[in-house]
Amino acid sequence: MTLFIEQVLNGFQFGLLLFLLAAGLTLVFGIMDLVNLAHGSLYMVGAYFAATFAALTGSFILGVLIALFLTLLVGMAVEVIAMRRLYGRDHLDHVLGTFGLILFFDEGVRLIWGPAGLSLPLPSWLLVSVPILPGITYSGYRLALITVTLAVALGLYFLVMRTRIGMLIRAGASNREMVGALGVNIKLLYTLVFGLGAALAGLAGLMQAPILTVQIGMGENILILAFVVTVIGGIGSIRGAFIGALFVGMVDTLGRSYFPDILRMLLSQNAASTAAPALSSMLIYLLMAVVLVVKPEGLFSPGHR
Amino acid sequence: MSLSFRNIVLSILFIALALLPVYAKLAGDGFALTLFTRIIILALAAVSLNLILGFGGMMSFGHAAYLGIGGYAVGMLAHEGIFNGFIQWPVALLASAVFALVIGALSLRTRGVYFIMITLAFAQMAYYVVSGIARYGGDDGLTIYDRSHFFTPLNLSDKVQFYYLCLALLGGTVYLTWRIVNSRFGLVIQGSRSNDMRMRAIGFPTYRYKLACFVIAGMLCGLAGALLANHNEFISPATMYWTRSGDLIVMVVLGGMGSVAGPVLGALALLLLEEALPTVIAAALYPFLGVNASVYGEYWQIVLGPLLLLIVLFARGGVDGLLQDLSVRFTRKPRVLSS
Repeated sequence: MTLFIEQVLNGFQFGLLLFLLAAGLTLVFGIMDLVNLAHGSLYMVGAYFAATFAALTGSFILGVLIALFLTLLVGMAVEVIAMRRLYGRDHLDHVLGTFGLILFFDEGVRLIWGPAGLSLPLPSWLLVSVPILPGITYSGYRLALITVTLAVALGLYFLVMRTRIGMLIRAGASNREMVGALGVNIKLLYTLVFGLGAALAGLAGLMQAPILTVQIGMGENILILAFVVTVIGGIGSIRGAFIGALFVGMVDTLGRSYFPDILRMLLSQNAASTAAPALSSMLIYLLMAVVLVVKPEGLFSPGHR
Repeated sequence: MSLSFRNIVLSILFIALALLPVYAKLAGDGFALTLFTRIIILALAAVSLNLILGFGGMMSFGHAAYLGIGGYAVGMLAHEGIFNGFIQWPVALLASAVFALVIGALSLRTRGVYFIMITLAFAQMAYYVVSGIARYGGDDGLTIYDRSHFFTPLNLSDKVQFYYLCLALLGGTVYLTWRIVNSRFGLVIQGSRSNDMRMRAIGFPTYRYKLACFVIAGMLCGLAGALLANHNEFISPATMYWTRSGDLIVMVVLGGMGSVAGPVLGALALLLLEEALPTVIAAALYPFLGVNASVYGEYWQIVLGPLLLLIVLFARGGVDGLLQDLSVRFTRKPRVLSS
């Protein structure tokens, strides 16, 4: 039971993390109609910055803040230098151009930080175990992650739905020319949105860094999961991304820990242990397939956003 | 076939490819033979991708999955002691066809970005599944102890024979693709790329046409996978990693999507560029860094990435488009619309 609660919380935390990535993807797609494969690179860059500056300044919080700011800058620079030229083009162009960016970022990181991974050690005040229910404790860092991501998700909702900038963002998503004609600096708005997406990806990366190692290509595996999330939730919908992310995070985490046991009940011990690793990694894709069969446009397609 | 500049270049290229083993033998350059065998096999995969990407407008980002499936069909059967190519290769084609049928049936329900992401996700699923099968090496891959056995005169372990087999299969695939594209079936596929709704309105069940096309492309790429496994005598999940799918798309776009032969040019261009870039970078940095420059040649992808972006932005026609432009300039006739 203790383990189950822990796994549910892990799934919840992973889902929230996926949401940070998927939100950036879906914002950029919904507003700029841009497919950004290099989103995972920004996740990686955020983690590398955090590991570097936390070690340099000796303070975890300071390192994280510097990393966030720098990832925002990197994102905005990428938008100004490269992405801006891709708007309004074919999606295939986006795929190819951003694929080129991935190669650039991966190799650039290898050039600067070298091929070996980094680690981002946690400060002692985050290494505690927190009692959540009588007799059950949970990692303080993961609880902090859940709190921070929930706060960010709420903040994002508030930003998009309740502020003037958010209003412009939503207006830009439905009609770019009209917003421009009304005197809004749409170019700057796009740069800001892209930077925001980059910062969200960077935040996800640096928060995951203490749990996993910081290494090249770390963004690519999780990016595919973020794609699955956006496909399930409906591309362009932040609410869909949120629900899809929690769904995928839960299914993936619980599937990996319990699916082998379930399989063992159905099959022989031997067959189950052979098939389990392959099958449990298939689960979320099967989930995606089911969603596609039922609703090809995703659960919350932008039509009814 | 008119005698345009482009066609002359293509003919020279074909003759050069056909004569390459002779050069390799005379110069004792075994590496060139290995490199070009790999280029030809990947060109075959790129040609198959072009059928759905260029002509069908289906932006599949999971095409490397078939390379892996075709390769693993050969590898797994060899691991179980079955080396007969007449069993291995049909199984490779069949497995690719089945995978393409299932993936295609699901993904073709969607369009545009969804299609890109879904094909990518399913290919990645195949990657993880294969990585999880411990019996066939899992993450580490599978060594294939002997190449496929066919009838007596044909010996795949002979590098020259294998090269010509790959070249012949590439030629066959290009011809087949050309026939498909210009058939009624191919016209329906191209029509649905331009305007799917209109094609459906005039009575074509485009979903079925596209699915059939998707399966054909998958099978052809599965063939390339079987060849690749034989070539490397090794197959690992890395063969089907999503960046490999990206490489295939790059080959198609770099070569030019408008023509059947374009992807062959793209494969040549990309893979030769990969070979040449380290040397070029080292040479370019030599005046500044001296002997240390060669170290930086290793980071050639940092140049390739932005180069891809530039190609996307400024040279969408690819190599083939460039050749056609040159043809026009040389002949001063109206632009040759080749298939």
